[in-house]
Amino acid sequence: MNLVITGLGTVSPAGTGTHDYWAALVEGRSLIAPLSDFDTDGFPVRLGGRVRGFDPLDHLDGRYVVQTDAFTWFAMVAAEEALEDSGFDVTADPYATGVLICSGAGGAEFGQRELTALYGSGPSHVGPYQSIAWFYAASTGQVSIRNQLKGMCGVLVTDEPGMLDALGQAEQALRRGGSAMLVGASESAIGAPYSLACQAVSGTLTDGDDPESVYLPFTERTVGYVPAEGAAAALVEDQELARARGARVRAVVAGQASTFGSVGGHDPGGEGLLHAALGAMRRAGVTPDEVDVVFADALGMPKADADEAAALRQLFPGGVAVTAPKTGFGRAHAGAGALDVAAAVLSLEHQVIPPTPRVPDPPAGLDLVVRVARPARLRTALVLSRGMGGGNSAVVLTSPHHV
Amino acid sequence: MRREAVITGIGVVAPGATNATAFWDMLTAGRTATRGITLFDPTGYRSRIAAEVDFDPVALGLEHEQAERMDRYAQFAAVATAEALADSAVPLTDVSPWRVGVSMGTAVGATSQLDREYAVMSRGGADWVVDPGAAGPHLDLALSPSSLSGEIAERVGARGPVRTVSTGCTSGLDAVGYAAQAIEDDLADVVIAGAAESPISPIAMACFDAIRATSDTNDDPEHASRPFDRHRNGFVMGEGAAVLVLEEASAARRRGARLRCRVAGFANHGNAFHMTGLRREGSEMARAITTALDQARCPVTDVDYVNAHGSGTVQNDRHETDAVKRALGEHARRTPMTSIKSMVGHSLGAIGSIELAACVLAMDTGVVPPTANLTTPDPECDLDYVPVTARERRVDVVLSVGSGFGGFQSAVVLDRGSEVRS
Repeated sequence: MNLVITGLGTVSPAGTGTHDYWAALVEGRSLIAPLSDFDTDGFPVRLGGRVRGFDPLDHLDGRYVVQTDAFTWFAMVAAEEALEDSGFDVTADPYATGVLICSGAGGAEFGQRELTALYGSGPSHVGPYQSIAWFYAASTGQVSIRNQLKGMCGVLVTDEPGMLDALGQAEQALRRGGSAMLVGASESAIGAPYSLACQAVSGTLTDGDDPESVYLPFTERTVGYVPAEGAAAALVEDQELARARGARVRAVVAGQASTFGSVGGHDPGGEGLLHAALGAMRRAGVTPDEVDVVFADALGMPKADADEAAALRQLFPGGVAVTAPKTGFGRAHAGAGALDVAAAVLSLEHQVIPPTPRVPDPPAGLDLVVRVARPARLRTALVLSRGMGGGNSAVVLTSPHHV
Repeated sequence: MRREAVITGIGVVAPGATNATAFWDMLTAGRTATRGITLFDPTGYRSRIAAEVDFDPVALGLEHEQAERMDRYAQFAAVATAEALADSAVPLTDVSPWRVGVSMGTAVGATSQLDREYAVMSRGGADWVVDPGAAGPHLDLALSPSSLSGEIAERVGARGPVRTVSTGCTSGLDAVGYAAQAIEDDLADVVIAGAAESPISPIAMACFDAIRATSDTNDDPEHASRPFDRHRNGFVMGEGAAVLVLEEASAARRRGARLRCRVAGFANHGNAFHMTGLRREGSEMARAITTALDQARCPVTDVDYVNAHGSGTVQNDRHETDAVKRALGEHARRTPMTSIKSMVGHSLGAIGSIELAACVLAMDTGVVPPTANLTTPDPECDLDYVPVTARERRVDVVLSVGSGFGGFQSAVVLDRGSEVRS
């Protein structure tokens, strides 16, 4: 069974909506800026890709806003865009559509506020919404309620690869029933000090202060990545059902595979990422020479970058175009893979590979798209992701016009 | 040929018992493990009781370094994994590591650790801008529970699909359901599946206090968890883990494994109604049950035992009773339906897997565990909840259901089909 993406939505440091997201990607705009929500003096990370100018009340009913954290706002807004974009009628049968929104840190800022109430004022000062705002399932629950979706409802917590894993899980779910799944991933964990401090313990975040000279994966100057926030969502359907209803197919989810590396290690040696890529291509029935572009994980740590580059050279001995548009805004933890999937869909649609912002030159032996976007004939994209918790995932997306 | 997932081993860390044998002795004796909270000072809290695990990770086989790196909930999972692997005797070295997966559930992950570290880094809540220099060395792994499955994968050498599932209080059922699907869909041949939780922390207790979801029978903790009883007043927080070894059936059969049962059906649905509220009629849970039974190709009359969500809140007990009646019809009245939360409390994301372990043990031993503390039935809950005392009964098909915040409703069917039975 092939799945197709018929709707897409994003909330990113470029703003709300896929239109602004793609505009920023294709331009190679750098959206990294000093984190200004609190005094980051003394923090080991001071730059980030924040979603700016986002007022949840512009998009959501007030009752949702008070009982949810920003990660759920992002998820709900991205989900709404994806649903509208798909034109899929979810009201005909509430059980036909499921929801699977991946989470990383949960409702981080909401949680910190309530922890402050607990320790500052006492247990009776913790509010009634803490029990539904902080936990990882908050976004799936609220998206299900808001859109009246009663199909298979799930939540995966696999960090960066979340969305890629969710696409695989959606395929498994739809094989067993239902017609569509609203899948996505959302993260908002850099606006509050505590979750930022937690992330910084990993030692993989940059401590630089100059937005122009940080997060330069595959270069010798890289010393970690810039954290970001954001969400992406997609409405996926069975290909036959989507065609039958005359839906506009944005991309085909041709194959997905996941493997494990090591906790906190980002797949030392790159063997896990390699196996994930091979598995996804095998399931997609795609050979390496049919892959036109790779959206790399691009951690921005020298060893991890070298491992990924080596895996890519092994996978594509004849070479392949590689890009990492996330260097423009940062790595949005659980949202990172989702934003990459969205970028790949948009890239296939526009037949343009967005560049890897700020990286001046491609490294030896890797056709990294730098400086300017590259128009190309794009049939097939491979998206790669490695997670903090040890998971690796790969997805093959194909253009519906070349199948 | 259709691939099927079978359970070949179980491991349990539960309140009152840190292995499956002790767990089953406790449940079949109808003993409760609820008590006044000792894990932190609960003075000032509305609910000051919980079902706690007496747990020494090093005595139970973890290295000091592992114990130091993992939060309590992951330690539970690691200990339960060791027991499950020994029980199943699955020769993991004979299986390609790329074909071994992990699927673990948790609702709140390392909340206890995040809570503890926040108190330090914020100087007791005084500083919004916490001191990053005061962070513990593994706090990055605590932020997201993805590392729960990762820690288990590293211990067993799994390199296949490794996932943490976090659907609130149905996580423990969903993680096992996903694991079975991974085997059925040929993504893995062995999956270590289960769930873990250690939510007995100030922030978790305070947040359930705030919505009065937990019992405040502080002066009589042993009798506080009373599912389906008219004097119930909320759930009692628990903690623990259970791990099940799932294998592809034909391979398990070939190696001569002891096949305990098939994971025959699994479904979950959102109720799309309310994050904490339930519509009385329970149609979404009923739908999950019906779908799971359909997948299992089990007529409703084959169900021998229903392991209830049975949290002991008024709305849950009535919702669930109606949902089971809706799905099983008249057969619901003839089928024992019990809640082990009456004895081990409600360990949020972990309990679904702990309940599945109990279901396997019920099949193994032909005993249905009771619903402890059910002495004055709620007249609105009129099924056979097996009050107080365990009952001997041949059990071949089990339905286990779960319900949780976010609207999640899950059902798993375990079946000792004729082939497994022989």
